[in-house]
Amino acid sequence: MNKTLLIIQREYFSRVKKKSFLLMTFLVPTLFIAMYAVVIFIFIKGDDKVKEFRVLDESGVFVNKLQDKKNIDFKYINGSYSDAKKELIASEGDFLLYIPKNYEAKNQIEIVSEKKPGLNIVGDVQDQMENVLQNKRLLEAGIDTSIINQAKAKVIIQAKQITEDGEKDASVGATFVVGFVAAFLIYISLFIYGTQVMRGVIEEKTTRIIEVIVSSVKPFQLMLGKILGIGMVGLTQFLLWIILSAGLATVAGTIMLKTDSSKAKIEQMKNNPDQNLQQPDARTSAFLNFSEAADTVDFPYIIGTFLFYFLGGYLIYSALFAAVGSAVDNETETQQFMLPITLPLIFTFIIGMNFIVNNPDSNLSFWLSMIPFTSPIAMMIRVPFGVPLWQLLLSMSLLIGGFIFTTWVAARIYRVGILMYGKKTSYKEIAKWFMYKE
Amino acid sequence: MLSIKNIVKQYANHRALDDVSIEVEQGSIFGLLGPNGAGKTSLIRIINQITAPDSGEIRINGEKLNPSHISQIGYLPEERGLYKKMEIGDQMLYLAQLKGMSKSEATKKIKYWFEKMEMQSWWKKKVEDLSKGMQQKVQFVATIVHDPQLIILDEPFSGFDPVNAEIITREILELNQKGATIIFSTHRMESVEQLCDNIALIHKSHKILDGKVKSIKNSYRNNTFRIDYFSDHGVIESNPEIFQVINEKTLEEGKQVTVKIADDKNTNDVLQYLLPKVRITQVNEVIPSINDIFIQNVTALN
Repeated sequence: MNKTLLIIQREYFSRVKKKSFLLMTFLVPTLFIAMYAVVIFIFIKGDDKVKEFRVLDESGVFVNKLQDKKNIDFKYINGSYSDAKKELIASEGDFLLYIPKNYEAKNQIEIVSEKKPGLNIVGDVQDQMENVLQNKRLLEAGIDTSIINQAKAKVIIQAKQITEDGEKDASVGATFVVGFVAAFLIYISLFIYGTQVMRGVIEEKTTRIIEVIVSSVKPFQLMLGKILGIGMVGLTQFLLWIILSAGLATVAGTIMLKTDSSKAKIEQMKNNPDQNLQQPDARTSAFLNFSEAADTVDFPYIIGTFLFYFLGGYLIYSALFAAVGSAVDNETETQQFMLPITLPLIFTFIIGMNFIVNNPDSNLSFWLSMIPFTSPIAMMIRVPFGVPLWQLLLSMSLLIGGFIFTTWVAARIYRVGILMYGKKTSYKEIAKWFMYKE
Repeated sequence: MLSIKNIVKQYANHRALDDVSIEVEQGSIFGLLGPNGAGKTSLIRIINQITAPDSGEIRINGEKLNPSHISQIGYLPEERGLYKKMEIGDQMLYLAQLKGMSKSEATKKIKYWFEKMEMQSWWKKKVEDLSKGMQQKVQFVATIVHDPQLIILDEPFSGFDPVNAEIITREILELNQKGATIIFSTHRMESVEQLCDNIALIHKSHKILDGKVKSIKNSYRNNTFRIDYFSDHGVIESNPEIFQVINEKTLEEGKQVTVKIADDKNTNDVLQYLLPKVRITQVNEVIPSINDIFIQNVTALN
């Protein structure tokens, strides 16, 4: 039997059989779904607790003008400011909104409460008061507010993407999220699985089994077998995650929709978009938009490119990790060699999250998605936005060329490094190893 | 069987092997001796095709060394090592298969050896659960499980307790009788002196001596004997015509004298001369140990 295949088998099964692998495989999607479910739950239910606002309006401008919202109840009171404050503490009420008589001059509207009010609540109240005040001033100036209401324009931009198949909805938000998640997963997994390769190499070196093994196989076979075996572990994990997540999401989705209130709410929103606009419950509609937008993303295409770029990036970086592992005697010594490997990853990730998502077609984004060391992350951010086929193919071929090159370089260092014990290695030393002839 | 010709191996800053040539006969037990850092491990790595020589060549049974020979060589490295978290049985299977055995064949062989070495119950255990001596046994089985024709053992007895060392020695001799050629590499020369038919001494990248143990020793004999005796009338003194006293000492009972016999005389002449004078209890020839020979050679070189 082919020896490289044997090595791949061992590397693969010795990891997949581990309890930690099973744990990770089931725990991660469960946590992910649980998180997702909680977010949706909060979107739909909102903040259940209704906050009571006691409004002490000495000016009288706002009395009965503020509208109750889902979680805000306005109650208008009379009396003195100090009494109201005492009452608030005594009755354990929520908030006291105090509007002095000459509030405009003094600019002294206060919200008094025991606990700090949330930003949203303050914002809500502020918005309403501004509206009331605006209307009042317009009326005073003799302008009919109904005309203004009619003239009020509401613009909603629908992003559409033109392809040969026709137009389709392009939701920027969903694209952003998908690109972000894919790039993040690649970023994390390159580290996780690259480090596993490095640890494996160091383990073989410190247990000294390396000498037994390289007397049976070529160092290159061992390195390749290890890289491929661990890569397959990564792929298995991703596939299981995708399957499990999809399964759990379906189950969770059905359960969520079965709760009548939320179902009714969503139905209502779908049927009454106008009402939506007038009374936008921002959070619920955001969720709705997102789940609709998610439908516009081409998941098979994204997952396909994701797996390719994960594998390509993994092969490039794991070969380098293997070379680092071969050069040291234990993990603490790896520090000095890790920087040049992790730097391009971290750099691309930061640039990607801040720049590429906003400018997916800029020159910098283009070049970053071409260079093999940065393309796995950079391209995954761009892919959901749509990338011309020639760019994708070029980037992919460069990636393949890149990993062949790094594997070649790493193998030359590896074959010498694994047999070197007890010496502290420098870059100069590694360069020397590279130059050794077979 | 193994023919090493003019091997040179150069590392960046030093030459590990300089024009080393060694012949190992089929079915022999060969000792590759020399102090630490002499170049033994470098040579062994070259034979195992772990590294390649800069020049020179190695032939096995007349055939130039190539990857097909891997399955014919069993190698026990000086630095022992196994996967700590892998089950012993799986580990043995893996290593045997890497040497080119089929799975079923390997399983059968491993079971045979485990039974022979009384370690059947270890199959499901992990290396980290075994004592050092037990690990050594496992490693030994891993070295020979694929029935190699050539077995190379680097410092084979380090780490073994006397009982296990005895077991391993017995197994090695049995394998040798069945036709395997054995190479011992060690810096503790006395430990393999009795086992080896042939040796090569390596010092500072050079081979300084090789040949049959007996003939090497014979060539370093110099007619020196140690005589234990009782005497009431003083000590033995030199008689320039027959022998020269080199060393004298008093034992718990009686005395001992080391004499160098003159070139044209033998022990009989010495005894004839001494018998009337003293009561002799023991006569031994002083044969230099390989270690002595080595030291003698090295100092001569310096």
